[in-house]
Amino acid sequence: MRQVIHCKLSSSFLSLALILLLAFSTSLSAQEGDPAKGKSLFNANCAACHQLDKKMTGPALRNIETRIQEDAGLDRVWLAAWIRNSAGVIKSGDAYANKIFNEYGGTAMTAFPQLSDADINDILAYTAEVKAEPVAAPAAATQASGNNGVSNELILGALAILFMLLAFGLFLVNKTLRRFAAAKDIELPDTQRTPLWKAFAQNQFLVLVTSIFLLLASAYFVYGYLMQIGVDQGYQPVQPIHFSHKIHAGDNAVDCKYCHSSARVSKTSGIPSLNICMNCHKSIYEYKGETSVEYSKEFYDGEIKKLYAAAGWDDAAQQYTGNSQPVKWVRIHNLPDFVYFNHSQHVSVAGIECQTCHGPIEEMEIVSQFSPLTMGWCINCHRTTNVKVEDNAYYTKIHEALSKKYGVDKLTAAQMGGLECGKCHY
Amino acid sequence: MNRMKSLIKISLFLVVLVTMTSCRKDSAPNYQFMPNMYESVGYETYSESNAFANGVEAQLSAEGTISRGHSLFEYDNTIEGYTLAKENLKSPLDSTQVDMANAKVLFDIYCGICHGVKGDGQGNLVKREKILGVPKYDDAGRAITEGSIYHAMYYGKNAMGSYANQLNEKERWEVVSYVLKLKADLEK
Repeated sequence: MRQVIHCKLSSSFLSLALILLLAFSTSLSAQEGDPAKGKSLFNANCAACHQLDKKMTGPALRNIETRIQEDAGLDRVWLAAWIRNSAGVIKSGDAYANKIFNEYGGTAMTAFPQLSDADINDILAYTAEVKAEPVAAPAAATQASGNNGVSNELILGALAILFMLLAFGLFLVNKTLRRFAAAKDIELPDTQRTPLWKAFAQNQFLVLVTSIFLLLASAYFVYGYLMQIGVDQGYQPVQPIHFSHKIHAGDNAVDCKYCHSSARVSKTSGIPSLNICMNCHKSIYEYKGETSVEYSKEFYDGEIKKLYAAAGWDDAAQQYTGNSQPVKWVRIHNLPDFVYFNHSQHVSVAGIECQTCHGPIEEMEIVSQFSPLTMGWCINCHRTTNVKVEDNAYYTKIHEALSKKYGVDKLTAAQMGGLECGKCHY
Repeated sequence: MNRMKSLIKISLFLVVLVTMTSCRKDSAPNYQFMPNMYESVGYETYSESNAFANGVEAQLSAEGTISRGHSLFEYDNTIEGYTLAKENLKSPLDSTQVDMANAKVLFDIYCGICHGVKGDGQGNLVKREKILGVPKYDDAGRAITEGSIYHAMYYGKNAMGSYANQLNEKERWEVVSYVLKLKADLEK
């Protein structure tokens, strides 16, 4: 009898323990969730409008659960209802929901009916993570690159000192030898010969040859100087806002025509207006890529601040102030006024890569002019480049006629009339 | 003494040579031959000008006017305008007027960088974690339509900016058709 009671007791105790354990474990999982899974869900669904520590289209979400608990006494159930159908919560007349909705200018949050309870728990676990302190930038890498420059200078300096010592040594040897000679009464051979310049002046043939050589050499240099007037190859001005083509077109592989969209359709390639910068920099407010001593994170962040100032974007309030300033970009590639050049003809019709003329732009931290942009350079390319006629009905007839005339399969731009004066000068 | 003099001459020559070669600065433009033939007399694109109050030659068209080649867009840049466009706005192009090959080129340049070339929200900037949370086109909560796509492209939406100045009206509608095609592909 006694045993039976004991058995009953233990079983009821066990079931109670089981229930407790279950309850505890479910509440545990509800509390915890998986922050790693939550991060990927957050990045895929929420990050378009929310960040953890910064107001964007929607509010910052770090510790959102504890914050709404403290502010409005709302719990996870309310949050889940809001996430799945915010419009419904607003319509139901919920005071806090309407307050948030009006605070953010009536921007409706997209509904996420596909997120399960577990998903929401994961996301909330991610938002509840403690903010990671910024780690001190590893100084080793920067040190190494700095070392390199210093060592180069050191080597050069050491070489210079070595040469100076050598010259000084020779001078000393000469002096001592002379002193020895004087001491031993050795008569040094008389150096009273005709001076070199007199001997030179007396030799008329030498004078003639030298003057012809000098004339030719100076003509060569004068010609070289005159020919580079107006040629700005290598021109690399400092721009008012440091824009790295290496980061944008290289690292992030943004298409050239994303920003220079008018190169497709017009004469100029277009300097992008600031709203095009803001397409991405509304979201990208800091630089996270690789840095160097010269181009640090602070430097790049400062340049983004300059962009915000020029575009009149208040990053804290996430809205435009309307107080914008035009940016005085310095033009690099500049053809003289008497030459006509059309980007769309080359980019859209001929399908030439931007890099053909502008060089490896995607590797340039500061852009410099790659090509000389002289007439000879234009003509050379027109002589050697075949016209792209495949699938272009516009060219079919003239291509047939001209290739018969020249007896070739593929016409160059020059044979299509690309050397006519009036094509570019009128 | 004679030797000393020649040494001075040689060093002087070297100094002149070094200064001449180091004077070429890359940060300043070169001399121009007859600048009045190089510089445009007329206003050039983006040049400064005293003719306008803000000193810039590039001006917005006067208020209440429509530039040549553009047309009136009657939907407002508001949530109501977006909802209205989502329900009512239809493409003026029929299927024969849409050049899908061209639309793909334009989409890959302007949209693919974030939305991904397949429209799955996995563009290069998303993969590199520069911009996050770009939705898929088949997202059920958004349920995009041709009207809402065009409205978002015209005015921008949330973190997305306006693409009205990078794409003209026909190009925008072509891209809309391409987005709808991607959406249909994703929903398969």
